[in-house]
Amino acid sequence: MSEMTYRDAINLALKEEMRHDPSVVVWGEDVALYEGSFKVTRGLLAEFGEERVKDTPISENTIIGVAVGAAMGGVRPVAELMTVNFALLAMDQIVNHMTKIHYMFGGQAVVPMTIRMPGGGGSQLGAQHSQSLETFFMHCPGMRVLYPSTPADAKGLLKSAIRDNNPVIFLEHELLYNSKGEVPADPEYLVPIGKAEVKRPGEQVTIVAYARMTVLALQAAEELAGEGISCEVVDLRSLAPLDDDTILASVRKTGRAVVVEECWRTCGLGAEIASRIFENCFDVLLAPVRRVSGLDVPMPYSRKIEKICIPQKETIVQAVREVTSGGF
Amino acid sequence: METRLRMVLPDHELVRLYEQMFLSREFEEHCAEQYAKGNITGFLHLYSGQEAVAVGATAGLHKDDYILSAYREHAQAIVRGADPKRVMAELFGKATGLCKGKGGSMHLFDPALNFMGGYAIVGGQFPISVGLAFSSKYRNEDRITACFFGDGAVNQGTFHESLNWAQLWELPVLFICENNFYGIGTEVHRSSALASIHRRTCGYDIPSEKVDGMDVIAVYKAVKYAAEKVREIGRPLFIEATTYRFRGHSMSDPGKYRSAAEHELWKSRDPLPNYAKRLLDEGIATREALDAVEARCRASVEEAVAFAEESPWPEDSEVWEDIYV
Ligand SMILES: Cc1ncc(C[n+]2csc(CCOP(=O)(O)OP(=O)(O)O)c2C)c(N)n1
Ligand SMILES: [Mg+2]
Repeated sequence: MSEMTYRDAINLALKEEMRHDPSVVVWGEDVALYEGSFKVTRGLLAEFGEERVKDTPISENTIIGVAVGAAMGGVRPVAELMTVNFALLAMDQIVNHMTKIHYMFGGQAVVPMTIRMPGGGGSQLGAQHSQSLETFFMHCPGMRVLYPSTPADAKGLLKSAIRDNNPVIFLEHELLYNSKGEVPADPEYLVPIGKAEVKRPGEQVTIVAYARMTVLALQAAEELAGEGISCEVVDLRSLAPLDDDTILASVRKTGRAVVVEECWRTCGLGAEIASRIFENCFDVLLAPVRRVSGLDVPMPYSRKIEKICIPQKETIVQAVREVTSGGF
Repeated sequence: METRLRMVLPDHELVRLYEQMFLSREFEEHCAEQYAKGNITGFLHLYSGQEAVAVGATAGLHKDDYILSAYREHAQAIVRGADPKRVMAELFGKATGLCKGKGGSMHLFDPALNFMGGYAIVGGQFPISVGLAFSSKYRNEDRITACFFGDGAVNQGTFHESLNWAQLWELPVLFICENNFYGIGTEVHRSSALASIHRRTCGYDIPSEKVDGMDVIAVYKAVKYAAEKVREIGRPLFIEATTYRFRGHSMSDPGKYRSAAEHELWKSRDPLPNYAKRLLDEGIATREALDAVEARCRASVEEAVAFAEESPWPEDSEVWEDIYV
């Protein structure tokens, strides 16, 4: 174990997997010489050389398409899109190609690739650089979607992603890059895909969250504990597949749920999780499931009003108070 | 001046080119019939008229080379060696199809033949071809990637992104544009500011040439030369083959946007009878020998139809297979 940042944990996972498997290559805009716009790929070019660590043109759709072809041909690409916002230019290769090839060719082709992309809001980057698009990917069968909240999960999940023979979307929250935590040094430390983790056990309310929302949920749970409200925080880690077992077992225990999502509320992952809870736990629910969501607006720039568009610790605390007070 | 055929290939291989073109035509014409009967459903894009391109080009490639194409790709798969029975079964949506009935007419795939797929998003196969070429280079494999596409695909972003990328990363891709002068109903002059497609590669410094896509020998020679060159220099080259589809874009297209005169002109250039005549004129095959070849092709396609008819449907449970590895 050693303490490191989320950024360094991702960097370590990349290096370990490149050492572990010579078929792993990394490419994206400014990932090699410039070492990544968020410096996640620092040191990769120096250690692995330009055959394996490659700068690309600013051609997002083709960055993904070339990775798809390379993966079909026996290479294991980890493609970086500079931010998740630019994935929208690559949705054709992601949705129409990457996730369809295994299926439409009757299982005869495999596409073992990972797409890493920083995302999320909260840095006053304006409407085009602050989006949380996780639900877009979750909606489409044929790929995994991962979004870690801690450095340890970031390392273990990215390693699992790279080793997985399916296409994987690996999201990284821009505001977590400098967050620190203990990370296992073991080069075989893998976090399984499809397993949520109870990050804080509790009795009265389940808070379901992911990525930066988990960090806020834990802060909220701490504050609520001071008021005598015991919260269990379920960190999804894996958005696709969703770990129904862990989510539903927690709600069966607590009888109440608040789902926290950074994405837009309409058709967001909170709606999906809430309906799974209603469908499976209606008999034990003591209150309606509540969603704490990003507002359904393009992100404004000004920090004063940007803040109200993204779930905050206070809004989570408020939602939990409501579901536990009977005042819903 | 036309090349003397014996300068190009031995007799049996020259006849084989005819056989492959005839088989392709026969297959497509049977598809039309089966579509009319309701045995083939969905989109169906036939290749009749363009046979010289698939046949000439495939003959110019190595067996190890990857081939990718768009959705008008039955002939490319069959000429590469895909079993007509399993291709027809795929079109019927049967469990014995090339892709278990899950791909259909537009998504044929046969990894054993390095036939890496038919893609139905116009321009989708460009980056995937570049990626496959990267994998060959990275793994030190002696193979190039042949990427087929239509004249309509050259206005997609992926066309430009992929040409740039293949040249920038020095990847062995042979781009082969099948210019049949129409993207559905839009004639090439109405969609491309520079309608001479092979000239569009100058922005990426990729050498290119235009070849008569109604002449199987011309296509063979151009592709053979270019493929060996790509193999040698490890960089992309580009061929534009001008050709014509004798049928509508798909089965729902009556083709009203093309004049009868234009159609007749191209019909007179039909690669099958013209090439048969050359084989006869140059004494490479007798009429009886070609009759026997044609009969064999007909029998093979009839057998394919019977196989497809008799084959079982996929099990319902099949829908959940192959989403994840
Ligand atoms: C991205 C995309 N846009 C539109 C279509 C609909 N479409 C199917 S085929 C076609 C024309 C393509 O023409 P061309 O590339 O010349 O190929 P051809 O049909 O002549 O073989 C169009 C517009 C599509 N399949 N994909
Ligand atoms: Mg065309």
